[in-house]
Amino acid sequence: MSAHQHAEGQLPHEPEKATLEGRNKVLGFWIFLGAETVLFGTLFSAFIALRHQVLDGPTAQHLFELPMVFASTMILLTSSLMSVFAVQAMHNNKVKAMIGWLLITILLGLAFLGLEITEFNTYVKEGHTLKTSAFSSSFYTLVGFHGAHVAFGVLWIGLLIAQILKKGLTVVTAPKIYLSAIYWHFIDVVWVFIFTVVYLMGKVG
Amino acid sequence: MSTQAAQTAHDAHTHTHTVKRYRGLLDWLTTVDHKKIGILYMIAGLFFFVVGGLEAILIRIQLLKPMNDFVSADTYNELLTMHGTTMIFFAAMPLLFALMNAVIPLQIGARDVAFPFLNSLGFWTFFAGGVLMNIGWFNGTVPDSGWTAYAPLSGPTFNGTHGMDYYVIGLQIAGIGTLLGGINFMATIINMRAPGMSFMRMPIFTWSIFITSVLIVFAFPVLTVGLVALMFDRLFQANFFEPGTGGNTVLWEHIFWIFGHPEVYILIMPAFGVISEVVSTFSRKRLFGYSSMVFALVLIAFLSFMVWAHHMFATGLGPVANALFSIGTMLIAVPTGVKIFNWLFTLWGGSIRFTTAMLFAVGFIPTFVMGGVTGVMLASAPADYQYHDTYFVVAHFHYVIVGGMVLGIFAGLHYWWPKMFGRMLNEGLGKLTFWTFFLGFHLTFFVQHFLGLLGMPRRVWTYLPNQGLDTMNVISSIGAFLMGFGMIVFVVNIIITWIRPRNAAADAWEDGRSMEWSIPSPPPEYNFKQTPLVRSYDAWWKEKMDGKTEMTPAEPVGPIHMPSPSILPLLMSVGLFIAGFGFMYDHLVLSIGGLAITFACMLLRSVFDDRGFHIDPEEEVHA
Amino acid sequence: MKRILPLLTGLALLLSGCGRADLSVLNPQGPVAQKQYDLIKISISIMALVVVVVFAICIYVLIRYRRRPGDKTIPKQVEGNHTLEIIWTVVPLLLLLILGVPTIQTVFGLAKDYSHDKNAIHVKVTSRLYWWEFEYTDYGITTAQQLVVPSNKKIAFELASGDVKHSFWIPSIGGKLDTNPGLTNRMYLEFPKEGIYRGKCAELCGPSHALMDFKAQSVSPASFDRWVAAMKAPAVMPADAHIAETFRSKCLSCHAIGDQGTNGAPNLTGVGGRETVGSILYNDVSPGAAEDNFRKWITDPQKVKPGTTMPSAADNQLTPDEINGLAKYLAGYKLNY
Repeated sequence: MSAHQHAEGQLPHEPEKATLEGRNKVLGFWIFLGAETVLFGTLFSAFIALRHQVLDGPTAQHLFELPMVFASTMILLTSSLMSVFAVQAMHNNKVKAMIGWLLITILLGLAFLGLEITEFNTYVKEGHTLKTSAFSSSFYTLVGFHGAHVAFGVLWIGLLIAQILKKGLTVVTAPKIYLSAIYWHFIDVVWVFIFTVVYLMGKVG
Repeated sequence: MSTQAAQTAHDAHTHTHTVKRYRGLLDWLTTVDHKKIGILYMIAGLFFFVVGGLEAILIRIQLLKPMNDFVSADTYNELLTMHGTTMIFFAAMPLLFALMNAVIPLQIGARDVAFPFLNSLGFWTFFAGGVLMNIGWFNGTVPDSGWTAYAPLSGPTFNGTHGMDYYVIGLQIAGIGTLLGGINFMATIINMRAPGMSFMRMPIFTWSIFITSVLIVFAFPVLTVGLVALMFDRLFQANFFEPGTGGNTVLWEHIFWIFGHPEVYILIMPAFGVISEVVSTFSRKRLFGYSSMVFALVLIAFLSFMVWAHHMFATGLGPVANALFSIGTMLIAVPTGVKIFNWLFTLWGGSIRFTTAMLFAVGFIPTFVMGGVTGVMLASAPADYQYHDTYFVVAHFHYVIVGGMVLGIFAGLHYWWPKMFGRMLNEGLGKLTFWTFFLGFHLTFFVQHFLGLLGMPRRVWTYLPNQGLDTMNVISSIGAFLMGFGMIVFVVNIIITWIRPRNAAADAWEDGRSMEWSIPSPPPEYNFKQTPLVRSYDAWWKEKMDGKTEMTPAEPVGPIHMPSPSILPLLMSVGLFIAGFGFMYDHLVLSIGGLAITFACMLLRSVFDDRGFHIDPEEEVHA
Repeated sequence: MKRILPLLTGLALLLSGCGRADLSVLNPQGPVAQKQYDLIKISISIMALVVVVVFAICIYVLIRYRRRPGDKTIPKQVEGNHTLEIIWTVVPLLLLLILGVPTIQTVFGLAKDYSHDKNAIHVKVTSRLYWWEFEYTDYGITTAQQLVVPSNKKIAFELASGDVKHSFWIPSIGGKLDTNPGLTNRMYLEFPKEGIYRGKCAELCGPSHALMDFKAQSVSPASFDRWVAAMKAPAVMPADAHIAETFRSKCLSCHAIGDQGTNGAPNLTGVGGRETVGSILYNDVSPGAAEDNFRKWITDPQKVKPGTTMPSAADNQLTPDEINGLAKYLAGYKLNY
């Protein structure tokens, strides 16, 4: 809570863990990600249970185009790397560099979202909507939940950039940056599973 | 809190922040104090307990005689659904959260929970969910597919009215609150323990809440996904559980019970903790086998995620699954047995004082054993083909939930009431509550084992005469009325206590062992004037035995930093509540408007730092 | 109360032979229910032992160690006792072993699949809101509400649902199994003693879940053959031409009888000979009850079974005379077997 009295440059090496509040936030957020893991685990289970129930709708083999999904994957992986650089910059107290890396992170996030929206649009045109079959319902719910997480992350990190510009890097804002980075990695890991379970396994059959 | 944190708090005091503090109703709507939130949880929980209890009484009146038509078949299904859902999610859970909030920070020597703001948000979302689900009563569309909401009966094809929407959305909103509570208490117990309190020095109630929180964190997201899927089926014509379009109804059963079985342990674990504390205190004796008690809690929690399919023996999963889940379920009896015997041997050689709290605790032990042994009977899959979905099961789970958890909650409420309110509940009325509730309980549910074995399925609106079921149903109903009477006495006791002046000492029962009894009843806003130093298990008992009258402090007296009150949690919940209605009635403006309120509050919370304020305990004393 | 409870448990064991033979789990009438009952007995015995031990210790300590008024002494603070703790970990494990072994044996024993056994009778059970259809795939006949089986054979059931989940349960013959929409479950039962047993729906399925009973009638092998023959024989239509026409146009649009009509609603072949009307109105309560029951059922089915899809007499535009005629015809429609 004493953040504002530290002048720039006097921040401890790991400002996110400098206060009890900060440490609580980091711990609490890890626990939250544990819950998120269960959430996505259940969504994956439902998808795996229902993925062959296509009825008259298009099948996974028919729908998925791996090159585009692979591009999405690379974009998201890169953005995750960018958020690593942002946290490194934060630990070195290089605020401007940090903001730069964060900006690249959310730009890549937006690119990913753009690709996903295009992808969903194509599917809908091919007659693959939420209502088509049990496969389509579980597909859109799983991938859509992930997409919503990406969208939330983009908005959140955007808001944090604005806060940093206004308040500077303090022991209050540092934990937020750190948490958003963990969150972003988590989303990335979930996507790797989606890429494998939904797209690769879908293509293989 | 570490000395470093205390130092930071002290630094901060050089800047005085003026924070608006509220009085009266607004104080309660904006509070982030765990003690007040505990009281809010308790009031809401008792309210829903009374609502669910009235539903139970109506059920028992309907079953008083064969072919009765006191309520219609439709209404009966609504009553049984709302009774189950209300009791589990809106009565049992908040009453547990009430005890958690009231006691845990005090037991670990903390000034508050890790996330006071989230604590308040957790309460208000739970409350919004509970209110939303019950609003169905006022416009005639009430959930009616049982608390388990098995598809496709709960799906759009066979349940076209909005009834189950109230269930899906109400539980979803309340579930957010519960999950936040779980995360909060896990973080609190890991990070906020007073210096010297290692994990193996934690009071056993704290341990039980820690394990409960872990279960909440890993079980509730499963329910969230299940409810989302059912909601998509119902509102957006998705096909998760619709067999006609490729959906799978057994998937719902799996999802529901992967959540549902740990949920049962979420309910009973805190009761284990309460009973351990009460038995130990009123035997004036250290808890027997503390470390094996802790180990048993951990083991039960672990096994609770491995046994969900024992609720589905009659679903047709095949002999291999049924055999494995039978054995897994039976194993739970071992750590549970360890707990029972540890309690008995805590009593052994003790100096037992029969307060109301202790009566509930010693009533709990044999009653819970009976619920436990029928649990083992149910674990035997081929025998369960006979018990499943009969009154035998109804008897079993009421023995563990009412005979276990509710007796535990009553024990806890009577035990910690003076700590929460500074007033002792009337012991005479308390004992009357115990005896009527306890006898009523056994009358109601003991005979139900036999009703089930004689061929009465559960969830039946009525039954034919001359099937050998008539007499026992009468006995069961009489028992239910007796329990209702006990509950009325409890409410009267609360009111009588409320109007009397404060009379509770710090160590209200004189034999207190953990740290909540070392501070005044009720505790000041900041709990501990100085963060205590914990020197042993049963920290307060240790100090008393060493002839001390207060805990050894771990820090000098200084200004204490407190979080600011906030109205945002309430507004966020109102937003979710409005959005819930928007989704249900397909009203885009309401949905977006509601969510906008919630997100706007989140934005405000993120942008404006909470600097809090400081209390100087020395000044307070003089003032 | 604590003293009374173990007594009650013992009493319960004594009483266990009781309950209606056609309904009670505790009065098994076939080998499947018997195996399950044996397991129930083993588990109750073990559990009664546990309960007695716990109650005894509990009562002893509560009396022996109660605090005398004014007692300020502090008891010895015991941390635990390893020997005791090992005992109450190992003993329950042994008790569970005693229960676990027969459990596994019975699980696999009862899961035997007779669906391809030529000596078994194959019955496809379809549950619907709120009635039961029994299709004899070997014989090409279908009946409803009252299952008829020979006493000398194993009956291999195939369980399916036409709408929501139900559960097929004949307590005194064997445990239940759910009927899941979209999936087929298999189980077998045996009915060695001739008689009529009560079956129940054991899964919440809607307002009339409580009223979704059925009957299982076990008959001698010769009688069963006669029943099959009678089911295959041409349908007997009402003698009165107007009633026959009414029956054909109003009833057979959903129901079937012999070789006529459709199986969208319960098959009515020999319906007058069944135990009940609508599976819940008993015909044996008085002479002539069957006709009254049919009249009641045809006039306003919602009053008997809320939520049923059967239309009322008013919806069907039936006159009182037509209702009487139909009731008389249906009550008199019995099969000889």
